[in-house]
Amino acid sequence: MTDTPAGTPAADAATPETPNPETPTLEIQGLRLNLPGAARPVLAGVDLTVAARETVALVGESGSGKSLTSRSVLRLLPPGAATEGAVRVQGEDVLTMNAKQLRRLRTHTAAMIFQDPRAAINPLRRIGDFLTESLRLNADLPAAEATERAVRMLDAVGLGDRVLGQYPGQLSGGMLQRVVIAAALMGDPALILADEPTTALDVTTQAEVVGLLGDLRDQFGTALLFVTHDLGLAAAISDRVYVMYAGRIAETGPAEALFQRPRHPYTAALLRSTPHLDAPAGRLAAIEGRPPSLREELTGCPFAARCAFATQQCREELPPHLPVRGESSRLVACHHSEKLADQLAGSVTHD
Amino acid sequence: MTETVLTGTVLTDTVLEVSGLHRSFGAVQAVHDVSFSLARGGSLGIVGESGSGKTTTARIVVGLEHADTGEVRLLGRDRSGPVGRGRRPRLERAREVQMVFQDPFLSLDPRTSVHGVLRETLRLHFPERRADHERRIAELLEQVGLGAREAGALPRQLSGGQRQRVAIARALAVEPAVLVLDEAVAALDVSVQAQILNLLADIRTETGIGYLFITHDLGVVRCVTEDVVVMRHGRIVEAGPTAQVLDDPQHPYTRLLLDSVPRPGWDPKGIAAARRALL
Repeated sequence: MTDTPAGTPAADAATPETPNPETPTLEIQGLRLNLPGAARPVLAGVDLTVAARETVALVGESGSGKSLTSRSVLRLLPPGAATEGAVRVQGEDVLTMNAKQLRRLRTHTAAMIFQDPRAAINPLRRIGDFLTESLRLNADLPAAEATERAVRMLDAVGLGDRVLGQYPGQLSGGMLQRVVIAAALMGDPALILADEPTTALDVTTQAEVVGLLGDLRDQFGTALLFVTHDLGLAAAISDRVYVMYAGRIAETGPAEALFQRPRHPYTAALLRSTPHLDAPAGRLAAIEGRPPSLREELTGCPFAARCAFATQQCREELPPHLPVRGESSRLVACHHSEKLADQLAGSVTHD
Repeated sequence: MTETVLTGTVLTDTVLEVSGLHRSFGAVQAVHDVSFSLARGGSLGIVGESGSGKTTTARIVVGLEHADTGEVRLLGRDRSGPVGRGRRPRLERAREVQMVFQDPFLSLDPRTSVHGVLRETLRLHFPERRADHERRIAELLEQVGLGAREAGALPRQLSGGQRQRVAIARALAVEPAVLVLDEAVAALDVSVQAQILNLLADIRTETGIGYLFITHDLGVVRCVTEDVVVMRHGRIVEAGPTAQVLDDPQHPYTRLLLDSVPRPGWDPKGIAAARRALL
């Protein structure tokens, strides 16, 4: 991930291995999601793409809708959810798939890695069963072939075939997360959705798992959507970043540019409130208040109530996603982004 | 915490002194020869990964776990021996050190309101000051930034940050000399985490309470501690003033931990190799 230069999505899509350079692996367009009992849409028009071989980070706090966005790609939606818009994986809309297509999507095209590997694995079944189950049931693969593939995938994540006969309780958290990654690779997916896959791990183990995901991308050409609350991690591993707030994309762009020169006050405030290794000790610039709850209806910019720069316009008008002047592939949803550019960029440099 | 925390105690510059702690669970040496001291009103970080022994050390300091050998002295008094029988010695010991856990949802009674939690704590520890409890509850709520609306709420009606404020208020209610914070901000969102870290800094300035900050997050250590102890496999591998340890780490494990913090230009493969070399 860090060993390849962060290419633009266009350049990535143009690599010869990609069968159809026009179609992104994942394309979410105007996704809205309503839940019964909520006063506002949980997702209020999300646009997001991930090209083949691209690593994209989706950053946000709890309740921002980042996990729901990634889950919608497999149509793992909460009961009663009503959706609008499109979620296309390799050109096919997930939201309108029938049961059979959906099963194929989940077995072969897109796979998800969750935060807590212990919660994702049945503790009473051996690792071997867990790895081969989906292929044996959905792809009618003979058990021997499924096991053979499991051994290869375990090898790809740096585990031996001894693990096949072991139970989840016999493995450490780091090893178990590798097993979950191996399971995600079993169906040779074009897209991996990783929802906080390293949050429950130690820092040194996190490095190992992230390095592994980077290797796998190089080896298998998998596209990766990495959902995280950790800005440092997003900056370290991704080509492009989406920052989410209250169900909307606040800002998007190449990772380096976005973190060096944030153009949305929310991104800048988040960066400032993160305890930094090379920052001086002492008080942090906390963002006062908290994200709007689902019981509140929103008019205008969702961040206005907590924003130091908010004006009357911010409270009344929803800011559209506008391109950032002079920077391609950057969009920001802030009325005053242009005006605040220097202030926001200056606020994140320490020393 | 306007009342003095340290009434009737010997005046020393060290509030907490831990020396030669050992603790084994079966064949596993969870804590091996751990010693450190916390200055009055100071803040000491214990950093390490899972299995480093940092949480066991914290639990021994609090009294939730006993040490095989070694001593924990609070304001000069040994608290590592067995507790006396009955309620009073236990309560007295609880008043010296309090703990805030990572997940306040698991450490709060789901059926007790915030006001109820604080009232119960005050009644248990200070039954003789009953007339003063309402004033004290209001003071505690204000100190942690909770209003009247939150006071009547049940834990499930509060956000994660608010619940952690309740846990902090409950710990402060007994006026401890030392607060042990075990990954107390790890489960919070970045913007809320910053609010709680600032709150903890303010409380320390106002009350002169000492913090023992157990964490895996080096950014948090930099932000809120003056001294730090790095633990690995139950032993202390490096200790010193926080700025010095983070700016000029001497032990390869400390360097590995620092390198593992994700940032642009990060090299996960190099870290993985360094990690295996250390094993």
